[in-house]
Amino acid sequence: MSALLAQAAAETRTTLRRGESLLLTIGIPVGLLVFLSLAKVFPPPSGDLSYLVPGVLALAIMSTGMVSLGIATGFEREYQVLKRLGATPLGRPRLVLAKVISVVVVEVLQVVVIVAAGVALGWRPWAQAGFSAAALAGALAGTAAFAGLGLLVAGTLRADIVLALANALWLVLLLLGGMLFPLGKLPGPLRSAADLLPADALAQVLRGTLGAAGGVPLHSWVVLVAWAVVAPLAAATFFRWE
Amino acid sequence: MAGPGAPSLEIRSLTVRYGELVAVDGVDLVAGPGEVVTLLGPNGAGKTSTVEAAEGYRRPSGGSVRVLGHDPVTERSAVAPVIGVMLQKGGVYPGMGPREALRLFAHYYPDPRGPEELLERVGLGRAARTPWRRLSGGEQQRLSLALALVGRPRVVFLDEPTSGVDPEGRQVLRDIVASLREEGACTVLTTHELEEAERLATRVVVMAKGRVVASGALEELAAQAGPGEVQWTSRPGVDVSSLSLLLGSPVAEPSPGRYRVAMAGGPGPVATLTGWLAAQGLPIEQLRAGRPSLEELYLRLTAQARADEAPGDGPGDGQQGLPRRPRRGRAAG
Repeated sequence: MSALLAQAAAETRTTLRRGESLLLTIGIPVGLLVFLSLAKVFPPPSGDLSYLVPGVLALAIMSTGMVSLGIATGFEREYQVLKRLGATPLGRPRLVLAKVISVVVVEVLQVVVIVAAGVALGWRPWAQAGFSAAALAGALAGTAAFAGLGLLVAGTLRADIVLALANALWLVLLLLGGMLFPLGKLPGPLRSAADLLPADALAQVLRGTLGAAGGVPLHSWVVLVAWAVVAPLAAATFFRWE
Repeated sequence: MAGPGAPSLEIRSLTVRYGELVAVDGVDLVAGPGEVVTLLGPNGAGKTSTVEAAEGYRRPSGGSVRVLGHDPVTERSAVAPVIGVMLQKGGVYPGMGPREALRLFAHYYPDPRGPEELLERVGLGRAARTPWRRLSGGEQQRLSLALALVGRPRVVFLDEPTSGVDPEGRQVLRDIVASLREEGACTVLTTHELEEAERLATRVVVMAKGRVVASGALEELAAQAGPGEVQWTSRPGVDVSSLSLLLGSPVAEPSPGRYRVAMAGGPGPVATLTGWLAAQGLPIEQLRAGRPSLEELYLRLTAQARADEAPGDGPGDGQQGLPRRPRRGRAAG
């Protein structure tokens, strides 16, 4: 097995071994999906599966890229793992690539579990417009945006602060992200700010490309792609390896 | 550039600056296969910065570093496969056990040492599945040492390999350094523990304030340190003025009941000493005679730097203090 694949496998294993990471990336999204689709605590269309499943997929991508990757990388930096690996023939580019592969593998697992749960609850995306390549592009852009944010935090702050900040951002974006309920209920200024966040943009893109009526608002694509470019660039610029 | 005759490590006029602070100030060091070079010095001496420049972590502010003829920063892909690195702390995924870490590292190198062989060599067979964060400090150090050996390195850098290590770990380290020497690898290690330096090194480089203040084989350094010394313990507060005259060298009592005198430790002078003690009816609890310890030289060389030293200078140089051996006063005279 090549060094890159071995590294990607090791990154994936260590991620899946962390209970708190599994809870965040799979447990909470699936739990919210099941609860909100059955309990319908938010006004329509929040309880509809065509609204909820893409929103939960966006939440899952955010959890893996920003929180799970960010916290793990923050601690690896603190424990000098990144520094030590820099002195092996693996090198930094392949280390980053292995992390990307590991994030995608975890996301595939998340999609399988969330879609299965959605179908079990009655989601029938194929009865409507169907899946599209645009949904995949949106998911990849969302991954780049959130992984960039996670690495930016991990590469610039102390590990315990990374832990706190990544979780705090997750909560803020959960509430202001338009993933579980529409932003229309928010007060004006807050709503304008939320419109510029990557969470709502990703949720809108996934909804519009996974069969919900109305397609994707152009501004959602613009916001998502902007984050997908700026966040990894900022991470690459400001990341400190030790 | 890299030829068959290139030294394992060649450091010329190395300077490393962190902003205003000069951590390494014109260090020269050349080492070849089979050598064990120990960088010895107090905190902030620049030992770690020197080693990190050789490992490719620090770009020199001045001077040059070559590992087997290659620049470790700009020719990283040539240097990484042939070096083994042990950082002062950490370096392993917190949730990963020794066996898994060794297996992972084996994938990085073309001709790796087997994980099981290494587990055995550093005595981690029983803890092979224990995650790094739950290993003891000594076990973590032994795993870091094993990871430095995976790629059959030709140049090995061990930064403070004895810090926090138990007696078993010390023995493991000594065995491994000895076999690296036999295999013809070049080993560079930093320590502030004189005893380990004396045991492990074929050459000692004493650093203080970013400079090399002495360098050489142990015998050469011992010769620089002076003729030798005799130490003994007896009843405190003895009037030793007549003994000083007899021996031709002033006797000091640096702490109550401990005496020392600088002189060649041959049988004749020692007989004079013990004869005098017997005539005075004084007991001897301990008697040590011989060449001066590395410690003597070390303390003398670093005394000035220590006197000037402000706490907390020297980035990257560990948290450890001065030598762990009990410090003694210096002989008078």
